[in-house]
Amino acid sequence: MSVQIWTYIFVGITFSLYIGIAIWSKASSTSEFYVAKGTVNPLTNGMATAADWMSAASFLSMAGLISFMGYDGAVYLMGWTGGYVLLALTLAPYLRKFGKFTVPDFIGDRYYSQLARTVAVVCALTVSFTYVAGQMRGVGLVFSKFLEVDIFWGVIIGMAIVFMYAVLGGMKGITYTQVAQYCVLIFAFMVPAFFISAQLTGNPIPQLGFGSKLVDGSDIYLLDKLDQLHTELGFAAYTSGKKSMQDIFFITVALMVGTAGLPHVIVRFFTVPKVRDARISVGYALIFIAILYTTAPAIAVFSRTNLITTVNEQYYGEMPKWFTTWEETALLNWVDKNGDGRITYAPGQAIVGNPEINRANGKIIRGKYGEVTLLNSLTSTKNELYVDRDIMVLANPEIAGLPNWVAALVAAGGLAAALSTAAGLLLVISTSVSHDLIKKQFKPDISDKKELLFARVSAGFAVLVAGYFGINPPGFVAEVVAIAFGLAAASFFPAIILGIFYKKMNREGAIAGMIVGLLFTLAYIGFFKLVYPEYNTPEYWWFGISPEGIGTLGMLINLVVSLIIGMLYPHPPVEVQEMVESIRYPRA
Amino acid sequence: MNDDNLKQYWAINIRYVLILISVWFVVSYGFGILWAPVLNNIQIGGFKLGFWFAQQGSIYIFVILIFVYVYLMNKLDIRFGVQETEEGS
Repeated sequence: MSVQIWTYIFVGITFSLYIGIAIWSKASSTSEFYVAKGTVNPLTNGMATAADWMSAASFLSMAGLISFMGYDGAVYLMGWTGGYVLLALTLAPYLRKFGKFTVPDFIGDRYYSQLARTVAVVCALTVSFTYVAGQMRGVGLVFSKFLEVDIFWGVIIGMAIVFMYAVLGGMKGITYTQVAQYCVLIFAFMVPAFFISAQLTGNPIPQLGFGSKLVDGSDIYLLDKLDQLHTELGFAAYTSGKKSMQDIFFITVALMVGTAGLPHVIVRFFTVPKVRDARISVGYALIFIAILYTTAPAIAVFSRTNLITTVNEQYYGEMPKWFTTWEETALLNWVDKNGDGRITYAPGQAIVGNPEINRANGKIIRGKYGEVTLLNSLTSTKNELYVDRDIMVLANPEIAGLPNWVAALVAAGGLAAALSTAAGLLLVISTSVSHDLIKKQFKPDISDKKELLFARVSAGFAVLVAGYFGINPPGFVAEVVAIAFGLAAASFFPAIILGIFYKKMNREGAIAGMIVGLLFTLAYIGFFKLVYPEYNTPEYWWFGISPEGIGTLGMLINLVVSLIIGMLYPHPPVEVQEMVESIRYPRA
Repeated sequence: MNDDNLKQYWAINIRYVLILISVWFVVSYGFGILWAPVLNNIQIGGFKLGFWFAQQGSIYIFVILIFVYVYLMNKLDIRFGVQETEEGS
């Protein structure tokens, strides 16, 4: 059977499962809708958190990104897992004891101020919308690549599914679908990894495989072989990387702290019954995440090695079929600069910009060797190969010659990853609107039934907005992901930490800190990513910190500002100090 | 439960957090980043050690750190009688 038929089968089965769960888990109160009544088992919550956290980016893009970054990929691996240690040790148990529904709830109550609450709502909405647009785009891409459905209809189908279980079931529906989605995505990620690891190194466990010797009889370690290939072709050695040490440092901190400050992750720890459940469920979540995150760098090494050995200095005419299929999607292209009919792979861009296929009357114009020709102008480097990093995970099963059903499984996994994250984010958006804005600011006397209705309407509205951005993505989606983490790091994190660990922290300090941290980070990222992208190079960066890492500096500025301004104003009221005291003890 | 006892509970908790966060920092930022070039001179199996910490080891240690904290705190809660009862808090 073809990949396409297999994909229809897998996607059909998984989607019916998600819809079934949605119908079974309809929410009937706001407490059920916002936090599943706080009755989720910690293991279940850990699994749901893992699916919530791992988005289309983790599933589809990360391994590919690492395979092109080598050692530098560690910023994502450590950055997107290390935050869970901060969550378990400094945030989750206390926020669970506090026991409300949202992060703005905590900020608003702890800093006894509607202004603080509003600032927190604005941050939560900005972070979540930024993220969700990217997820819907991911859904659209998988549909269009594997089912040959138009991106537009792909997004519509994705929206309809999320609408079903997020709007009906709220947190309850989302939690149980996320458990199902985790199982789908981890299975889909691991199966090809086992196969390829066994193929290349004889050891099916990828985490061990990429530290083993090759099975081709050369008696050489896979990583040594890859370093050697890299050096021969003129790349930096795979295991050493190119970014400056301070930049690696700052990016890793920003991602870790950003993770710990993301509202859709934090809110998951409001759903378990007890403080001790909150602690342990962060641990479970990280185990489930670590399975994927320790496999990704292995996949990166396998696919990098396979790519180089398959294409470099080989005749185009001898390329396997997958090469030519991806060529037609403009994600993998070859330009024969030296006219020898062989593919030369070297550092630097092969062409200027993204490939644009040369067509006449809709038909692709082919070159001398039958290759797809491009309209792009060539660069002066020796490199003749354009590879889109996002195809590495999707193309991996084909490159390794695995059966069709494996490739289809990867498609279903990508959809599960994108949908589960989108749903978690949509819930944060709807809660922010119905609870933090309507209930807490405009209509405090609203009934629970009415509030639930508002929550559903705003979830529905958020699905539509997300879908719109999925179909018409703003050109800067990839760029604004850095903003989401930077903002979470520079705004929420210090305010929450100080709120828990420093009883005397007052509203003036916290608000000033959040606003300054937020504006500073926004301004720096905006300057380099949107206004003057041509200056986005290390010589113009402050202290060599890239926009991706600037949230760390924003966080430090926030801390300093909070502490200084805080000293100029009176201590918080006694009842707030007592509240802080009470969240420190599981029972008191 | 008197105030002094609670203060002591909190002080021990802070001590656990500081110790575990130090380990967290040394493993990821130390072994994985700052000293990675030096550790790369040591090779275990096919892995250069600094590279391994950056892409594998630190993640395993993160998981262990959380479970150590859970274990310590559950014991501490019982020792100071602040553990939750079965009905919730």
